Amino acid sequence: MLFKPLPSPSRRRFLQGGAAVGGALVIGTFAHFGRDKAAASPQSRRFDPPTAPNAFVRIAADDTVTVIVKHLDMGQGIATGLSTIVADELDADWPQVRFAFAPADAKLYNNLAWGPAQGTGQSTAIANSWIQLRKAGAAARAMLVAAAAAEWDVPAEEIVVARGMIRHEASGRASGFGAFAEKASALPVPQEPSLKSPGQWTLIGKHAPRIDTADKHAGRALYSGDIRRPGMLIAMVAHPPRFGARLRGFDDAATRAVPGVVDVVAIPTGVAVLARDTWSAMKGRDALDVTWDESRAETRSTEDLLAEYRAMAKTRGVTASRKGDAAGAMGRAAQVIEAEYDLPHLAHAAMEPLNVVIERRADGGYEAWGAFQLPTIDQASAAAILGVTPDRVALNTVFSGGSFGRRASPQADWFSEAAHILKASGERAPIRLVWTREDDMRAGHFRPLVHHRVRLGLDAQGLPLAWEQSIVGKSILIGTPFEALIINGVDASSVEGATEPPYAIPNLRVEAHNARDQVPVLWWRSVGHSHTAHVLETMIDEAAFAAGEDPVAYRLKLLAEAPREAAVLRVAAEQAGWGAAMPEGHGRGVAVHRSFGSCVAMAAEVSFGAEGMRVRRIVAAVDCGVAVNPDNIRAQVEGSVGFALATVLREKVTLRDGIVQETNFDAYRPTRISEMPVVETHILASAEEPTGMGEPAVPPLAPAICNAIFAATGKRVRSLPVDPAILGGV
Amino acid sequence: MPDLTINGTKHDLDVDPDMPLLWVLRDHVDLTGTKFGCGIAQCGACTIHLDGTPVLACVTPVAAAEGARITTIEGVAGPVADAVREAWAAREVAQCGYCQPGQIMAAISLLTENPHPNDADIDAAMEGNICRCGTYQRIRAAIHDAAAKLG
Repeated sequence: MLFKPLPSPSRRRFLQGGAAVGGALVIGTFAHFGRDKAAASPQSRRFDPPTAPNAFVRIAADDTVTVIVKHLDMGQGIATGLSTIVADELDADWPQVRFAFAPADAKLYNNLAWGPAQGTGQSTAIANSWIQLRKAGAAARAMLVAAAAAEWDVPAEEIVVARGMIRHEASGRASGFGAFAEKASALPVPQEPSLKSPGQWTLIGKHAPRIDTADKHAGRALYSGDIRRPGMLIAMVAHPPRFGARLRGFDDAATRAVPGVVDVVAIPTGVAVLARDTWSAMKGRDALDVTWDESRAETRSTEDLLAEYRAMAKTRGVTASRKGDAAGAMGRAAQVIEAEYDLPHLAHAAMEPLNVVIERRADGGYEAWGAFQLPTIDQASAAAILGVTPDRVALNTVFSGGSFGRRASPQADWFSEAAHILKASGERAPIRLVWTREDDMRAGHFRPLVHHRVRLGLDAQGLPLAWEQSIVGKSILIGTPFEALIINGVDASSVEGATEPPYAIPNLRVEAHNARDQVPVLWWRSVGHSHTAHVLETMIDEAAFAAGEDPVAYRLKLLAEAPREAAVLRVAAEQAGWGAAMPEGHGRGVAVHRSFGSCVAMAAEVSFGAEGMRVRRIVAAVDCGVAVNPDNIRAQVEGSVGFALATVLREKVTLRDGIVQETNFDAYRPTRISEMPVVETHILASAEEPTGMGEPAVPPLAPAICNAIFAATGKRVRSLPVDPAILGGV
Repeated sequence: MPDLTINGTKHDLDVDPDMPLLWVLRDHVDLTGTKFGCGIAQCGACTIHLDGTPVLACVTPVAAAEGARITTIEGVAGPVADAVREAWAAREVAQCGYCQPGQIMAAISLLTENPHPNDADIDAAMEGNICRCGTYQRIRAAIHDAAAKLG
């Protein structure tokens, strides 16, 4: 088993796991000093991997501090967040701090929340790095101080480090870091350096500007599609139109006649055209005549799948969660609310369609440039195809033009395809695999299509007595190398967020059904929470109204055992002016949800007018432990709203006879600027260890909006996207 | 064939006249700041300026740009460009950053044409530029900031 499951990120369990793995990591060096050039800056076209791969910190003679970032920055700001942690303990001056993405190395750069695998996901990047990087920064600082103390012949305790300067006041000596980098590197690495107390932080919880924006705003930031290697060919692949179809044969005569086309090769996923530039590859691919064997292909439509899912929901599934006697208690309920939800396939549709560069090196190894979200899997997958050991495939991680989970493929589908093309083309030239938007959309790996069937029984006072839920969807893990993580038939990623509701519900039974079809599915920003939170938070809202109670007051009454959820809910409601009068046609709704350890509440305000429904304002309250970079947390909340809003309004992937219908942004239509509501984010002060914010602001958005729609119109919205007849005008 | 002036530099390139300007810039001139997002004029990631007017490079054949001044994110300059970049930096707009060259090129066009846009003007000018990271709130604020700075 490669990844340790983290189905319920209980803080205590996480800390135990983290300490154990972290203990092993402490052996060796945290910090590397030396005269080597500063790590490849993002704007550099050179990608020198760090010379000391067990390092998180490098200090160069020119005083620059380079933080080695073991996670992929997909836009969530992790390069800034991790650099902030190191720089604070090091007492570096923020402008002297640079960063470089780590090479693939599962021993040194593993995700401590996962075990021996390097990767970015489950909003774990800050949480698993928190202690590790504080120690790295503090150790480096202690070594600089020791080196300065020896050189100046003064007691180390009298040396003060602040904003990148080492000073000894009594002797009037002062120096930058660079002058001591080499001497410090010869000293022993303190294994348990003392860490700052929160009151001593100078960057954490303050404002460290994002480290990557200047290059991104100038068009200098490098994505894998920007990497050009000598003699590189562009590869585009003709994929089958239906999932599960296989190549029967092809005629490439017309393709080979296209100027610029160099080769055409069959690979397991289709037919690859290699050309000297992108346009030639596109034209060459268009000219291909391919026949597919569709005898085992998926030919059903979305409606067919949903009909099956609905039928499955009425049968007994595997038990995902059980408390008390839900069936018995349901019989005693004073009233029962029954509901069904259809929640569609969703595409990640990151702005950058998938692409990656790979080449054979002169030494017989391989090197690749890409936005690797699961380097350990990516490396192993390509190595197996190319017939070498994983360490012979060097990965250079570059910026990712979004991901939302798409680049974390258990089968490394896109990178594997590139490796197959390199191999099939004789490895004679570097290749860049380029997917168009249509390739990206048609390839699947969607947020699973999901059907929920729920019965909520209320007692005579209107309080929850029994909850029965059946969740039907395709498992993300079955059929992948992670299948071993499935416990008793339950894929936690299908039911997370539903199994342990924060509300006082004495009797509960949640069942799961693993649907079987050939549509590839994958984690999509907030994974299971993306649908379970919607169901739970709209059902609780229905219960509040059934009980004749205010939705906020009703929730708070049921959150006695969930103080963090209650706290964010209170703040969001208060800041939104909950209860204040609203104009005709306006409505407010709330939702609260904890995912990946972070709690987010949202109050949504909608209005209905001549142009239809409009989401006007989202007030969010967040508890993610220590707020390492408050402005970036706000950015993630704003961004999550922008990302998820279109899933409420219209986004869905539909299959007709097995063929994906929405293949570009004309049919799969993300949120546009004119639709963006005002977003206010309130971050609760906390001394708890930090948890992630890349995903947790997605789950509460849809239910908050749907609850607001009910408040404005009296119409209950369950399935998503919202029925256009309710939205009007949109 | 086409004789192109890109960011003030003349380029004599031997490419298919039908090739979209996007691929000429990215593959043949190595100006990779202009991004590929959709290929069908739906997302704005490839926004450049042709004689100062915003166009989508993914659907503009290189032949149509002959004789025009082509400006990309790498070459755009002047007080409006400076004000926009400064505002983008101050608001820390970018997340993944992939759409931002296009957003910035569109914003520069807007402010060049209309130095004091209201929210509706911003919506109209920026509606064609998708940001999947959802940075719209900061884009709007940055445009207002840049307008204020330009006076």
